Amino acid sequence: MSISRTADLDDLPPPASVKRWTTARIAGFVLLSLWGLLGVGILYFLIASWNPELLARYAPNYLSGLWITIKLVAISVIAGAVLSVPIAIGRRSRNRVTSALAYGYVYFFRGTPLLAQTFLIYYGLGSFRPQLEAVGLWTVFRDAWFCAVFAFTLNTAAYQAEILRGAVESVGRGQWEAASALALSRWQTLRKIILPQAMLVALRPYGNEIILMIKGSAIVAIITVYDLMGETRRAFSRTFDFQTYIWAALIYLVLVELLRILTDRAEGRLTRHLRR
Amino acid sequence: MDGILTLLSFGPDGWSDEIARGVLVTVSLALATLPFGLAAGFVIALGKISEEPSLRLAANIYTTIFRGLPELLTLFLVFYGAQIAVQQIVRLFGVSAGIEINAFVAGMVALGAVFSAYASEVFVSAFRAIPAGQYEGAYAVGLSRWQTMRLVILPQLVRLALPGLSNLWLILLKETSLVSVIGLADILRQTGVAARVSKEAFLFFGLACLLYLGLAVLSSFAFSAIERRVSASGPTR
Repeated sequence: MSISRTADLDDLPPPASVKRWTTARIAGFVLLSLWGLLGVGILYFLIASWNPELLARYAPNYLSGLWITIKLVAISVIAGAVLSVPIAIGRRSRNRVTSALAYGYVYFFRGTPLLAQTFLIYYGLGSFRPQLEAVGLWTVFRDAWFCAVFAFTLNTAAYQAEILRGAVESVGRGQWEAASALALSRWQTLRKIILPQAMLVALRPYGNEIILMIKGSAIVAIITVYDLMGETRRAFSRTFDFQTYIWAALIYLVLVELLRILTDRAEGRLTRHLRR
Repeated sequence: MDGILTLLSFGPDGWSDEIARGVLVTVSLALATLPFGLAAGFVIALGKISEEPSLRLAANIYTTIFRGLPELLTLFLVFYGAQIAVQQIVRLFGVSAGIEINAFVAGMVALGAVFSAYASEVFVSAFRAIPAGQYEGAYAVGLSRWQTMRLVILPQLVRLALPGLSNLWLILLKETSLVSVIGLADILRQTGVAARVSKEAFLFFGLACLLYLGLAVLSSFAFSAIERRVSASGPTR
């Protein structure tokens, strides 16, 4: 009975939708207008405090800071990706010692704040100055920029190792078995069958990890690296003008949103064969 | 070795009492942020699954902003922004006074905003995992909307959202370290002071890392206990 009834209903033209002022609608409009007010307020604030002199003075600093941020994230994400491979292999290893070591590494770097790790490397390694001088590494570890890159690389390697491991494990066992039935070597299987499928799964987590790194990179300002956040702090401490922070927020938002859209596009393009 | 033990002792020469107070501050900041973050996250999730497009848009703007901004920047925006705003308001009344915003409160607001943005995503995916039949069934037996939410949906939601929320809690615990930058005497701040005074930076920052690790381990014990309780309260679905 119900089937014939829906068929009847389908033949009818859809009723004209009546937009009523429900509570949800009112709440939505109120909240949207609050956002609108906030946006207009920020715009007004930026226009009212528009200061060409300030802009000419600090805009180049912001650009160089942005470049430092991008460089820091790019270097540490790439170096971390390289480092994550042996860690992920170690996590999957059947050797208890190797897997325990890899697990300990991942647990440590995921369980402690990035800021504490950065301090541990930048300030903490100073405790080993004589030893580091003996090996000639002291000049390297004295440098805040290098310490930041080092800490971020170690940190992101732990996260990326988990992404990699999860992605490889998401590919079914049957794929491995089928490949070995076709007499492909382990390396060929990995390169031609497992990784192409695993990378599709890993794409979104990798994108998120890069975004987390961009956001996390703001903390290097505390150890005197003049990235975007560092330049912002410097500009604010000199001018006490709140717009310095607003500009930084806008730049970060645009950067992160761009990256998110890019990841979405890439995923959409790479998984178009899976769409039905 | 003796020197290190003295440094780590409780008492006038040791730093353990200061650092223990730091642990307390870290934990209480995270615990104080949690209820607000959860409540706000839940409300935002309700906005996101609403049928009303304007409400969805408003909720999405919130998440876009607070998931896109670095946590440290959010903290500074709240800390300095609130300070400037309060000073402006006070000036309206003709009083000029340097007003300091409490670092604890600023940290709570900033971390709570970030937490709620991420938590709303967790709640939304938990809501999506509950089949529509659950609502229909509840309405069919005559429950009101509120009763349906409280008696039928929420118990399932908690179970579905718990893994995601426990992850967010661990992130929150780590992010409290940022508040040390604006002067809150948490683990990282206290160990930093100890490191500067004693010149044993590696020891104290290493200790800070171990303390955070310890808190993470404790939380995962707590979460597996909660998970057991929640899942024992009835068969899944």
